[in-house]
Amino acid sequence: MEHEVNKSPVLMVEDLSVSFNMYQKGLRKNDLEVLHKLSLSVHAGEILAVAGSSGSGKSVLAHAVMGILPGNAGTEGRMFYNGQPFGEKEKRRLRGREIAFIPQSVEYLDPLMRVGKQVMGMRGTKERQKELFRKYRLAEDVERKYPFELSGGMARRVLIAAALMENVRLVVADEPTPGLDQRMAREALHDLREMADRGCAVLLITHDIDLAFREADRIAVFYAGTVVETAPAEDFLAGKDALRHPYSRAFLDALPQNEFRPVPGFQPYAGNLPKGCLFADRCQKKSALCEGEIPMRRVRGGEVRCIHAE
Amino acid sequence: MVRMKYLGKTVFRMLTLLIAVSILSFLLLEASPVDPLTAYIGTGSTLSAEAKEEISRHWGLDEPPMKRFAAWASNFIRGDWGESITYKKPVKTVIAERFKFSAALMLAAWIFSGILGYVLGILAAVRKGKLPDKLIKTFCLALQSAPTFWIGLLFLSLFSVKLGLFPIGLAAPMGKAAAEVTLGDRIYHMILPAFTLSVLGIGKITLYTRQKFIEILNREFILFARARGENTCQIILRHGIRNTLMPAVTVQFAAFSELFGGIALAETVFSYPGIGSALTEAGLGGDVPLLLGIAVCSAVFVFAGNLAANILYTVLEPRAGRYCEDR
Repeated sequence: MEHEVNKSPVLMVEDLSVSFNMYQKGLRKNDLEVLHKLSLSVHAGEILAVAGSSGSGKSVLAHAVMGILPGNAGTEGRMFYNGQPFGEKEKRRLRGREIAFIPQSVEYLDPLMRVGKQVMGMRGTKERQKELFRKYRLAEDVERKYPFELSGGMARRVLIAAALMENVRLVVADEPTPGLDQRMAREALHDLREMADRGCAVLLITHDIDLAFREADRIAVFYAGTVVETAPAEDFLAGKDALRHPYSRAFLDALPQNEFRPVPGFQPYAGNLPKGCLFADRCQKKSALCEGEIPMRRVRGGEVRCIHAE
Repeated sequence: MVRMKYLGKTVFRMLTLLIAVSILSFLLLEASPVDPLTAYIGTGSTLSAEAKEEISRHWGLDEPPMKRFAAWASNFIRGDWGESITYKKPVKTVIAERFKFSAALMLAAWIFSGILGYVLGILAAVRKGKLPDKLIKTFCLALQSAPTFWIGLLFLSLFSVKLGLFPIGLAAPMGKAAAEVTLGDRIYHMILPAFTLSVLGIGKITLYTRQKFIEILNREFILFARARGENTCQIILRHGIRNTLMPAVTVQFAAFSELFGGIALAETVFSYPGIGSALTEAGLGGDVPLLLGIAVCSAVFVFAGNLAANILYTVLEPRAGRYCEDR
């Protein structure tokens, strides 16, 4: 995909922060910042996998990109779509037309609407729906079924078919694999790969970094609400020395097929973040400089948020 | 097969209910100070004690209660519901005449409160926490807490007495021959009582719809609908109504019983000649046959309301329907 990367990215996110206005104990209101100065970009024809442990706010990123955050959420930072500013108004216009969302599970389908009608959505055609059903090996009678009658694999293919109803340029897939067995999960990623190969930009959000290695082009390592490193997938396959951020290395070490060694300590809680580097408390290279502002830097063909990386 | 079994079960439940209702009503009347004889001949009667006793014996009033109940029940089943003392007509005729008025009244109130309540509920849910929601909630709580007869009197004094928009009472203009009464007259006389009666149900259905709608709006599939470019209006029409209409209709059907309780008050306030005011009259006049007849009929009516809700549910709710087909 080298030739594509030189063009301006389909989606560019710069210093995105998302906070939720919450009530804490009685009537005290508090802003809980869940994403902090997150930056990433996705190009046409590539899959960018955002990988991190569960419960670290990855879905919030997906919702922020789609513009479907709840009313008590506040965002800061900039987003660009094909080089143009990408605000709420643009999102509202492009959602379901050029930008598609692939949700986690069948829970995201209306339980009382027949599947065929849901796949068609607001603007789809019957012909396109039938074509997509054939492509994703969904039997003809599935269109008359209700979501509760679908198996896990069928539900996943239905959700992908719904995403492809329109002529999409950007696909945001939020954990499309959990609950599926190895074979089906691989199939799901393969379908995403196919979308990318046809020119879509795919933002894949997953905790399954193992699977992400296989089909993603680049991987963004998500930690405590921000991206600490973005690197080509090959670097992850090459081993930890090819990586740049101490958390990415530790993350790789923690995988079962590697040393299966957990990283000591915990991710900081969103309401109680350290100043400067978010990983500093668990890092062996920690120094006084780590408490200052940590910029995203380009190092060896990747990007990293660590002052020690080289 | 499933359907036959369901039908059999329903009929059985209905029969046991009717038996229980008639026994209970009979026992209550038995324990009450109502004396059929006094009610029949009047308190100021000059009849001799011997004559009274003779009537008593002729009617079987000296028999034990069990035997009297059995006599009433066997006549009732054979279609002889007795003679109403108050109206000097067979109970069956009285109920049939009066039921027409009440049915129209209840149906109007039921539909009106259902539609208005459902729309208000959606409005409140979509604007949750904002001014419309607060206003609607306050309105509902006020209506829920106000007694029907009081609301009725309020409407009467405002719309009929002060503004003169509606008639004071009855189901037709006074002094007009029954044959000359038009449908327009009937409707005109029904508006205020129907409105009063519907007030009874609006609060409940509105608050229920609001709650259900908020619940649906927080579900994942609404998020997905938004992600696919649907706006609030489309979400309400495509998903909101689809997922809330059925539960709301069910609740509305279940409210049939309350409606029946409400007509006794609403009809009395507006002197509307329906079942409700007949019930009040029968109670005051010690009209035992009529009271029993109305008790049994209202049990059937309420049972039918709940049954309709159940049947509708299986027709309109695909999950329940599929479940039945699979069995």
